[in-house]
Amino acid sequence: MTAIGKYWRIALGVAVIAALIIVPMNFNRYGLYILSQWAVMTIAAMGLNLTLGYAGQVSLAQGAFVGIGAYAAAIMTTQGMPLIVALGVAIVLCFAIGWILGYPALRVQHHYLAFVTLAFSTLAFLVFRNEDWLTKGIYGISNIPRPNVLGFATNRPLPFYYFCLGSLGIVSLVMWWLIRSPWGRAFVALRENPVRALSLGIDTRRYTLMAFAIGSALGGVAGTLYAPLTQYIDPVPFNLSLSLDLLMMVIVGGSGFFFGPFLGAMIAVLLPEWLRFTQGYYLMLYAVAVMLLLIYSPTGILGILDRYLTERRTKAASALRAVAKSRLETAP
Amino acid sequence: MTAVLEVSNIKKSFGGIKAVDGVSFDVQEGEILGLIGPNGCGKSTLFNCILGQLTPTDGEVKVDGKVVTGLRPSELNRLGVSRTFQLLQVFPKLSVRENLILAGQEHQGNMVSRLFGPSDAGLTAAADQIIGFFKLDHLATETAGGLSYGQQKLLDAAMAFMGGPRLVLLDEPAGGVNLTMLGDLKERLAAINREKRATFVVIEHNMEFVMSLCTRVMVMAEGRLLAMGTPGEVRANPAVIEAYLGH
Repeated sequence: MTAIGKYWRIALGVAVIAALIIVPMNFNRYGLYILSQWAVMTIAAMGLNLTLGYAGQVSLAQGAFVGIGAYAAAIMTTQGMPLIVALGVAIVLCFAIGWILGYPALRVQHHYLAFVTLAFSTLAFLVFRNEDWLTKGIYGISNIPRPNVLGFATNRPLPFYYFCLGSLGIVSLVMWWLIRSPWGRAFVALRENPVRALSLGIDTRRYTLMAFAIGSALGGVAGTLYAPLTQYIDPVPFNLSLSLDLLMMVIVGGSGFFFGPFLGAMIAVLLPEWLRFTQGYYLMLYAVAVMLLLIYSPTGILGILDRYLTERRTKAASALRAVAKSRLETAP
Repeated sequence: MTAVLEVSNIKKSFGGIKAVDGVSFDVQEGEILGLIGPNGCGKSTLFNCILGQLTPTDGEVKVDGKVVTGLRPSELNRLGVSRTFQLLQVFPKLSVRENLILAGQEHQGNMVSRLFGPSDAGLTAAADQIIGFFKLDHLATETAGGLSYGQQKLLDAAMAFMGGPRLVLLDEPAGGVNLTMLGDLKERLAAINREKRATFVVIEHNMEFVMSLCTRVMVMAEGRLLAMGTPGEVRANPAVIEAYLGH
């Protein structure tokens, strides 16, 4: 990348962050709710992007981890405990369960792994629904309080949106650092060529479990934000379709690209809202749009950009070669 | 001289087929042992048994006098045993430099220190040194998938040397590499062997390559050891000529 390209990217980043802070100031309650939901779902999708996009392990259980995080937050904060404690519990719990869920991935891959995780997703849903003593079953948990962050109450929609945005920012920084660390490189090795990775001393077993555990923990983080966002939870939002939605966000945005989940969550959360003017047709149009996108670019939105940049680089390289060749030929 | 690798009575069967049928040999420190034999004679299976990719049906492998049979390939690699593959096995989406850093990073510290340490695990300089050594300088930032076959083969070999291995098993390093590059590769391997006292076992079909590089050559046929000796002895052995050329 050239130095100019780098400055452009920093400028674009600053502009996007500024827009995310300033523009929503005039939004109504519903707009802020949708944007907060985008931030929360992006966090969950980032976790799945680590497991699936970087480490190459299919999971249809990310929605279940959002549910575990949400129930942890709902149960603990309605008992008067602070959200930060619930966050800690959700992270530890989801990390541990995710680690255990990773074990099947050591034996089965691809569709088979998808089915194992799907079974777990169903199991989690049944626990949310049937264990009334803990989750209040189908009646759900209501009056979930919103937290005070650094002394500021986040009861109103705008402060709560900033709370979600700030959390997204922190998670993004941690993720950026993680995928650039030697671990991130090992995760990619796991996806691209596990046999070769093993022969280079990479403990593929431990990294596979780690990819599941960290990805699941981020699902839990998203859940602890989801509960105070909606202030009421029941089992229904955490059924299999949430896992499928999150999978779609990762794939539509661009699996294995850092910014993929941001775009994917935008498509999944915001596009249906923008299409609402078509009334009864909006979900159909949404489905068609997703299908067309994936036919055009199976690697997602960022796959299009990646293809364009690669083509441009190849063209530049061949142009350089052509110049060098003509110079050689005309040399005396 | 001490034996870096001791292989005793390795057997491996797949169903009723005895792919490797009781092979024993030692490799001394600093040696370059060639392993030749017709296709399907069990060379690669023997490699995979030594390296823990396959579990041998019977037999024992020792590295530096320590029994390593049953260890996983990653554990064996961290003990200083590395390998190259017959078919290309680089990481196509990573750059050449990233491929090499990846090849060395698990030899640095432990999992926790790697997570909190520098992004390149402190290996950029070491990677660039190997890149220079294998004459891949102009390709350091290219993605490995965009390299020519021969260049990828060279990268594959280079990756095996990132962890500073004591013993390297090379599976057909010359296959599909053009003559100029082949000369380079041979000269590089000989240099590493001289300077670092690294020990090699090389499977190769290119006789000229084997005979000029190796100090000792071992011939396999139908899962068994057929002959062992200096390149000159092996070339003159009637049993070897028969196994290769038939009657």
